[in-house]
Amino acid sequence: MSDSGSERKISRRKLLLGGAATAAVVLVKSSFGKIVQTSLPESSGVTADPTKVLGAFPAEIGTRSSFEKLLKKPSFSSSRTPLQALYGTITPSDLHFERHHAGVPLIEPDGYELLIHGLVDKPMVFSLADLKRFPSVTRIAFLECSGNFRTGKMEMSPQDICGLTSQSEWTGVMLSTLLREVGVRSGASWLLAEGSDAAVMTRSIPLRKALDDAMIVYAQNGEAIRPEQGYPARLFLPGWEGNTSIKWIRRIEVGDQPYMTREETSKYTEEVKGGKIRQFSFDMDARSIITYPAYPQRVERGWVEIRGIAWSGRGKIVQVEVSTDAGKNWYTASLPGLILDKAHTQFKYLWYWDGGETEILSRATDETGYVQPTMQQLIAARGESMGGYHLNPVTAWYVQRDGQVFHRPER
Amino acid sequence: MIRKFTFPLALSILIYSCSGVPNTDQGADTNAQVALHKEAEENWPERFGFGKEASSELIERRDIDISPDGKGLPAGSGTVALGRSVYLSKCVACHGTRTSNGSYDRLFAIDASKVHPDSVAKGKRTKTIGNYWPYATTLYDYINRAMPFNSPGSLQPADVYSLTAYLLYENGIVKEDVVLTSTSLPRIIMPARRRFVEDDRRGGAEVK
Repeated sequence: MSDSGSERKISRRKLLLGGAATAAVVLVKSSFGKIVQTSLPESSGVTADPTKVLGAFPAEIGTRSSFEKLLKKPSFSSSRTPLQALYGTITPSDLHFERHHAGVPLIEPDGYELLIHGLVDKPMVFSLADLKRFPSVTRIAFLECSGNFRTGKMEMSPQDICGLTSQSEWTGVMLSTLLREVGVRSGASWLLAEGSDAAVMTRSIPLRKALDDAMIVYAQNGEAIRPEQGYPARLFLPGWEGNTSIKWIRRIEVGDQPYMTREETSKYTEEVKGGKIRQFSFDMDARSIITYPAYPQRVERGWVEIRGIAWSGRGKIVQVEVSTDAGKNWYTASLPGLILDKAHTQFKYLWYWDGGETEILSRATDETGYVQPTMQQLIAARGESMGGYHLNPVTAWYVQRDGQVFHRPER
Repeated sequence: MIRKFTFPLALSILIYSCSGVPNTDQGADTNAQVALHKEAEENWPERFGFGKEASSELIERRDIDISPDGKGLPAGSGTVALGRSVYLSKCVACHGTRTSNGSYDRLFAIDASKVHPDSVAKGKRTKTIGNYWPYATTLYDYINRAMPFNSPGSLQPADVYSLTAYLLYENGIVKEDVVLTSTSLPRIIMPARRRFVEDDRRGGAEVK
């Protein structure tokens, strides 16, 4: 049955998959009634050749290959994007990070209403259908939690270190369009945005941001925004700490002073020098991370394309530098893809690894001239007992002689 | 693009500095109407006419937030004694007591010397209401909307006022015989308020 050609194919497949090798591809009916191809083990004795067996038929919903294992890492209140396993800069919607304060609510779209009231000419409620009638806007932008930093161990992937950031193409209506519709009265300077989760999450938003690039988003990557990201509509504030982009938004009150909600006082604030507590730290500072090679990947001696993403909440990335000798020398990486305002931006650097142990690092510069700092610089600026938010230090990866890559913790 | 009116802006900065509300140049914009029209396309109508006017009944039902000046606080009052008993029945499992920890945030320090923000303690102090929260009204707002965790929004005003009184007492802010009302609560000045400063990061060359 087996000629030398197919024997070669099977052993290469065994090499690639390791362990139990797929020997045969056959059609079966899945539990949903969909006809799919599946693999049988070698011991079944059937030939592993998809050119000999009819493939799966078209279906209503597509699937990932069963060979791809892409998973977020959930905790009680958050879930991290596997940055090291992704390509390009768009995060697949079901892998977008999560951070919730009382879980994900179930909201029916038909009964959904957004109330806008306060210092306005005419308080209004908008249904989801109403929101979709307004002139719409689509943009690609990142979202990031201001607590998106962990360190301390060598066995940490980009997902573990900073997996609370993702990027989508967002579609919705500009908040300025809605505020124009209701009419904002003079004297207004702050908004209270309120969500309809069990935390009834609230944040105060300066009117200037509301009129700038704030959006009420109802679609994500071509379809309705996901429940985990705020279905049926959320506030989206490009470049700002994720907590301000209130999900499942139900109310906006226009006022003339900040409301001093629990999140913006006792939580999303950070201690800085002199016993002070920094409040309303909205902007996400520029940051970069090498996503390949990174833990838990492994490199071979020879040419390696170092890849990663860089982003800034203050605008565009203008430069990313890479070091392949633990920071002694820095070289400019290329930015081959789209360079967008407040968006994850690809960087690449072609490197010949000679097999010696070393450290590779990246640092980003944004359009304000801000250069991503080291941890030492952050401590020098904010004090030893600095708070844990808005930490964006340069991340180093340690490359061992055997090609294994580990995180090199800052301290 | 947002026109700056320097005189009203300077005046509002002065007022904000005196009141203790963080001064910010991000918020004050006395000419919102001009800013709103800046991006309107040339062919847009003045109003699209989508949506419905909100009834005052809906607004009253939804408008549950409490401002730092006390706006929004309902009629009613609370005491430390009542707050203590509500806390023991609804809060202690998650938030712990003076002598033991619960599963979630500590609301007052076990060590009484650590409740005052000026107390010197080795290493990091636990963040508590007494040493970190800048406004007492936030307690009412948050407990009312989000607590207890497994049945949020189920407490009556008397319970929320009382829990607020009890927590402020345990944090060394008020006396045990205090009666909190919509007038007395916003008058409480939290010790941590003067620690709060506005974010001064602006990007650029300096790391802050």
